[in-house]
Amino acid sequence: MSQPPVIELSGVCASFRGRVVHRDLSLRVEEGQIVGLLGGSGSGKTTLLREILGLLRPDSGSVRLFGVDLNEPDVQLQRDLRRRLGMLFQHGALFSALSVFDNIAFPLRELRCLDADWIRRLVHLKLAMVGLEPMHGKLMPAELSGGMVKRVALARALALEPELLLLDEPTAGLDPDRSQNFVELVGDLQRELGLTVVMVTHDLHTLAGLATHVAVLADQHIIAFGPKAEVMTVDHPFVTGFFGADRRKLL
Amino acid sequence: MSESPRLLVEPGRVKLSGSWTLAEMLPRLPALQAELAACPSGIDHWDLSAVTRLDSAAAVLLWRTWGARLPAGLVAGELHRQALQRVAELPREIPEQARTPLRFPELVGALLLKALVNLRGMIALFGQLLLDVGYLIRHPQDVPWKECWANVYKAGAQALAVTAMVGFLIGVTISYLSALQLKSFGADLFIVNILGISIIRELGPVLVAVLVAGRSGSAMTAQIGVMRVTEEIDVLSTMGISRSIRVVLPKIFGLTVAMPLLVLWTSSVALFGGMLAALLQLDLSLIYFLDNLPRAVPVANLIIGLSKGVVFGFVIALVACHFGLRVKPNTESLSANTTSAVVTAITTVILFDAIFAVFTRHIGVPQL
Repeated sequence: MSQPPVIELSGVCASFRGRVVHRDLSLRVEEGQIVGLLGGSGSGKTTLLREILGLLRPDSGSVRLFGVDLNEPDVQLQRDLRRRLGMLFQHGALFSALSVFDNIAFPLRELRCLDADWIRRLVHLKLAMVGLEPMHGKLMPAELSGGMVKRVALARALALEPELLLLDEPTAGLDPDRSQNFVELVGDLQRELGLTVVMVTHDLHTLAGLATHVAVLADQHIIAFGPKAEVMTVDHPFVTGFFGADRRKLL
Repeated sequence: MSESPRLLVEPGRVKLSGSWTLAEMLPRLPALQAELAACPSGIDHWDLSAVTRLDSAAAVLLWRTWGARLPAGLVAGELHRQALQRVAELPREIPEQARTPLRFPELVGALLLKALVNLRGMIALFGQLLLDVGYLIRHPQDVPWKECWANVYKAGAQALAVTAMVGFLIGVTISYLSALQLKSFGADLFIVNILGISIIRELGPVLVAVLVAGRSGSAMTAQIGVMRVTEEIDVLSTMGISRSIRVVLPKIFGLTVAMPLLVLWTSSVALFGGMLAALLQLDLSLIYFLDNLPRAVPVANLIIGLSKGVVFGFVIALVACHFGLRVKPNTESLSANTTSAVVTAITTVILFDAIFAVFTRHIGVPQL
């Protein structure tokens, strides 16, 4: 394929106050892959996502999205790039001053191309997708339960129909039923739109149900990346510890 | 992957091709909408088989073009049909979010009610404070001294520079402007009376109050407000720690103690500024000024000024804490309450100043 990879990190190093988080980290995600990013707590998974988003500039190395370097100075190019990705933050990060409806409508309104009726339909469509009722649109983020915040945040991340979806702990805090729905929803969207998904998760069921590929982050870099079944057989203390007894079930 | 969305109108049917996604449609959205609108309305044959991708934005667009129904002769892949089906399942008419305009009498009433609610809240907070003080007198080991003195330091010591600068400049200004007037009457010596009374009794306390309300009052509201937003206040109560003793009381204590000291400091610096200006403008020596100050300004004025400082400090902190506790967990409410805290604090300070002026009108005015 001549398509550039959706995400390409090469030789990324990052450190916080002298503590090295990433050392010579490389990762290459192709279009259509659903990558589960695993790693112990504090291993820099969220940092990695923030680097991919361009919120955090690595000390050295390059981050390329859709073949475009994030250090490219062209503002217009960078803005268009951001519109092609959606991010679900770990704690939702909804705009607390806006209602659920306005939260989801916000990125659509910012395009300044869509009329009010179109936006309204799209917002209700997204709400329905994540299993919320139209009446929930009036609620303020402070009035939502933890699981609902997650779902609204996902709806907002999906609002701009992103090609790349980054999910930070998407199913943490959801009940098993909801998290199963979530897995199905993202799976459907992936098939429909050819989404590329990178998700940080600790939930084995989400991983088993959704991920096509697994990347394992340990010792400050990606120690294993590949199809799910392959990675599970890697002999590394973290991998064997993580999959442990469940390894056979998932295989 | 990235072929742009295309539309081909043939007699009796419409053929769509390309990638119908928001990102691909955006560059030529008006043109696409016009093309879709131009399609003859009777057409029931829509061929979507050549469409590579169809996202929900495009599905909504098509759905609207079709007049909110699926055309009978729709040819589409299973996945695209699903996307369209999702749109079809939405309620036909989605009610707009109703926003009732507020009429004038309602607006006035709402403001009045809000003011009453705030007044009640502040009285309740004051009562809570009295109860807390009663409790602390019986349990002196529970007094949070560390927080109290930390607040004195934050509201007092750290404000020394800015209050000194403002006080000095105000002193210079008043002295300079009065000197011009007094000179023309040959009443140069009265500069001591004018500066002394006005700064010690009135300007010092009010000036400091306005500065402190903007500086420390807003900081208190914001701090308590963010603690509300991040649920830290709730953490305190789950640990069995009283929020009013641990959070509110030290702030009110700190400002009540720091304010009279700040008033003393600012008044002195302002007088010094005034003295310097008098020296330059009227050739009034510093020694003469200082010698005559006690005669021109009875000591009652200093006591009034300092008591104003105590009351103003208490009022500012009480108002700030009240509005901080009212913050709802969102950014809008935080900014609105911080604004209200500063505005209310300054207004209340001026109100109390007027009350002071009325009740102390016979005290401390030199008889000539």
